[in-house]
Amino acid sequence: MGSTRTTGVPTKLTQGSQTKGGIGESTLRPDGTLKVTGEFAYSSDMWHEDMLWGQTLRSTVAHAEIVSIDTSEALAQSGVYAVLTYDDLPAEMKKYGLELQDTPVLAHGKVRHHGEPVALVAADHPETARRAAAKIKIEYRELPLVTDEASATAPGAVLVHEGRDDEYIKHVPHPNIVHRQPIIRGDADEAAKKADVVVRGEYTFGMQDQAFLGPESGLAVPAEDGGVDLYVATQWLHSDLEQIAPVLGLPEEKVRMTLSGVGGAFGGREDISMQIHACLLALRTGKPVKIVYNRFESFFGHVHRHPAKLYYEHGATRDGKLTHMRCRIVLDGGAYASASPAVVGNASSLSVGPYVIDDVDIEAIALYTNNPPCGAMRGFGAVQACFAYEAQMDKLAAKLGMDPVELRQLNAMEQGTLLPTGQVVDSPAPVAEILRRVKSRPLPPERQWESSEGADVRQLPGGLSNTTHGEGVVRGVGYAVGIKNVGFSEGFDDYSTAKVRMEVINGEPVATVHTAMAEVGQGGVTVHAQIARTELGVTQVTIHPADTQVGSAGSSSASRQTYVTGGAVKNSCELVREKVLELGRRKFGTYHPAWATAELRLEGGKVVTDGGEVLGDLVDVLEDESVEVEAEWRHRPTEPFDLRTGQGNGHVQYSFAAHRAVVEVDTELGLVKVIELACAQDVGKALNPLSVLGQIQGGTTQGLGVAVMEEIIVDPKTAKVKNPSFTDYLIPTILDTPTIPVDVLELADEHAPYGLRGIGEAPTLSSTPAVLAAIRNATGLELNRTPVRPEHLTGTA
Amino acid sequence: MRVNFTVNGRQQEADDVWEGESLLYVLRERMGLPGSKNACEQGECGSCTVRLDGVPVCACLVAAGQVEGREVVTVEGLADFAKQRAEHGGCASGACGTPLQEAQRWRADPAKGAMDSGTGEVGGGNPDATLSPIQQAFIDAGAVQCGFCTPGLLIAADEMLEHNPQPTDADIREALSGNLCRCTGYEKILDAVRLAAARQDRQGLQEGAV
Repeated sequence: MGSTRTTGVPTKLTQGSQTKGGIGESTLRPDGTLKVTGEFAYSSDMWHEDMLWGQTLRSTVAHAEIVSIDTSEALAQSGVYAVLTYDDLPAEMKKYGLELQDTPVLAHGKVRHHGEPVALVAADHPETARRAAAKIKIEYRELPLVTDEASATAPGAVLVHEGRDDEYIKHVPHPNIVHRQPIIRGDADEAAKKADVVVRGEYTFGMQDQAFLGPESGLAVPAEDGGVDLYVATQWLHSDLEQIAPVLGLPEEKVRMTLSGVGGAFGGREDISMQIHACLLALRTGKPVKIVYNRFESFFGHVHRHPAKLYYEHGATRDGKLTHMRCRIVLDGGAYASASPAVVGNASSLSVGPYVIDDVDIEAIALYTNNPPCGAMRGFGAVQACFAYEAQMDKLAAKLGMDPVELRQLNAMEQGTLLPTGQVVDSPAPVAEILRRVKSRPLPPERQWESSEGADVRQLPGGLSNTTHGEGVVRGVGYAVGIKNVGFSEGFDDYSTAKVRMEVINGEPVATVHTAMAEVGQGGVTVHAQIARTELGVTQVTIHPADTQVGSAGSSSASRQTYVTGGAVKNSCELVREKVLELGRRKFGTYHPAWATAELRLEGGKVVTDGGEVLGDLVDVLEDESVEVEAEWRHRPTEPFDLRTGQGNGHVQYSFAAHRAVVEVDTELGLVKVIELACAQDVGKALNPLSVLGQIQGGTTQGLGVAVMEEIIVDPKTAKVKNPSFTDYLIPTILDTPTIPVDVLELADEHAPYGLRGIGEAPTLSSTPAVLAAIRNATGLELNRTPVRPEHLTGTA
Repeated sequence: MRVNFTVNGRQQEADDVWEGESLLYVLRERMGLPGSKNACEQGECGSCTVRLDGVPVCACLVAAGQVEGREVVTVEGLADFAKQRAEHGGCASGACGTPLQEAQRWRADPAKGAMDSGTGEVGGGNPDATLSPIQQAFIDAGAVQCGFCTPGLLIAADEMLEHNPQPTDADIREALSGNLCRCTGYEKILDAVRLAAARQDRQGLQEGAV
């Protein structure tokens, strides 16, 4: 690909404070205008002359043998170009998967969950394709269901996957368990003897959906060389590529992927959805094929957040010092592994929360069941744990007669704390401080819905349904704090690649930044331009479309992109800068001694000494040359967790957020109105303060959603999804979402680029338990599950 | 069937429309106007909101045949619609023109070129684009993340400001409650609408002073 790798040591520089639009400023999105004019091309907007529409036929039952498939009637429909089943797959490899290759491209022999893809249709109109798919006749013979831990591990339990030969099967206690990670540190039994009080709880976390608004979609265009060009919305182009090419029977260079506009992701696009299917249909028909899921199909088209059962025991001395913790976290991974192993690693290693507890006994597992597959969603295992340990903190505070915030602060981790994995927290951990900040904020006024004109029902529980004018409404306040790891952990080679070019265009120095980073809305493209301006002293930066013509950027997940791809862009810019200065020295070094002796920086399109003297224009240094570097960049390495003890330096960085929730509850109808959801978070360094707020407020709102409304309901008798629509799966509207004041701390992590901290996920953790705590505070109910529904508050569940 | 209707001020004719097609499908797949979005196609999310004879509707719930002889404004025509409204003192009928070529210049192109990154000054990207006040406010306030909800929200917010130029927060929340956003937590969207209202107000005061 003609990439240039350099090993040059950058000149020592103090770079970048003077260039406008650099880091630390709230520069605006480069794609903003396109997005407000309707011009931005999302994956579902792709259009090609002569294109066909693809449709997926999915299983109507959760677990069954496929006795027969008859596609003849579908194929006979006018306008239908192809109908594909397992038998039509072109390559030896017929499965894919993020961590284990256990997911069939099309079902073979049996289906393992409701909505599993069984057949594909390509036709000249989406409705023709839908109708043809409905004419495919499939005969199922239903099998017993595995739906929870009891049915998964019962003697004689049916195996969701027979003949497992993956790396995890060696250490799991049952083939229906994907992965198990214990963490043992100190002696929990001995430490428990020092406890004056002990609290136990059993908690349930419902299945949450990412509910990104842009549905799974894309366009596959067959190429003359026998390959395929794929335009798609994803979180990680290169991971997709590694999974797509083998099942197409093509070398990776013949599958050329370009990121199209992504309508949100939140973890739900880390797995393959329609990518392979569209390519198969395009290669079979020789025509471009577009697939766009509707919302119903989207609920089956991606993995969800793992629902979980969590069993916790905490002990404390009379003065509130935590003595020990035992916990067991059971995550339901559903029918295919997806990211389950990594979710288990996170859930176990972050199960104590941001607290100092020396003696712990932890176990986390993920099950294989016939429920919908679960994998990545914002917060990734840490969310479920935070809901439970924060409920425990409140329970413990109540039993001790202590203030719940003081109890948390008394046990708060700080820089230097040892995690249960034995890893030292080696950057700021202002847990007590962010709690102090949310607590010290003035409370919103009582009865703010009341005015001289009577009650404004819009501000009351039930809203415009006009269910109360304040009768039966009580207020509650709750707090929570959480810890999330940043970046890929457990020894994963977590790198990114950036290609940066500098040249003169129309008499002005211009930098071009090319990465494969998936811009999913988070604003990575904004930050890349800021970094280039800071490091290269230019005003004009062009962001090249993300594609597979440049090295991998890793995933837009794990709060990692600003850290890792931002770090890669910074690194490549530094290498470009060094080359530009070499060029300057060659051309002008003899004219001014400072070229050789002074510390130089690039600023405002010029080469400047540390004393501020201008040595030359970048335009003159570059002339008609272009300087380009493509280089990989990685953060500090991590280690796997020991499979028996859980010990290991598994994480690279942590992110902390705290919330205070204020709610009003109509106790008669069980309706909740969240009045305010204040957040304090340490972001290390805010590269773009406006985007930081957007991340924190958005993450907070997704946490609110799973506190009071969002849950995919799976019928335990059939393992079928009951509410795959936005009519029945509710996400917060602007009326459900309160004011979200945010307090941003910037305590630099010296190990990270610019001292920054990954920020996207932490606010999703503590938001949910804070709302639950506030509802408990208002109602006095125990509430051991989330989301809370009206029947849980009225005693009619 | 054939459907004749006006889109962004320009008479349009859609041929071979299947009776079951929605207005959203015809706009996106037959008119080359994919700005109206397809987030749920069941009337729950508001991402496909357009003006139909001035009234905000979910284009996914309108059968294509229902728009025969009527006027539609989409996000692609919002800037011109707002401009003409400002010049002519309101244009609630929806008949505020965008020439066909302009209306179609947004046709999605898979091989779309690179994005020019702005310097952070007003406007962000394309310096030639003329935006309506609500569009500019969404950019300036940071109300756009993934942007999939943005077109529907812009149409809905613009319509609200047309009849309620000085909305309270409760008014804004009520008017936009049919538009889901999954990225922002709505705070910056509220900021954007407040900003557009304040700028409109300031402009009104200045014009009043002249």
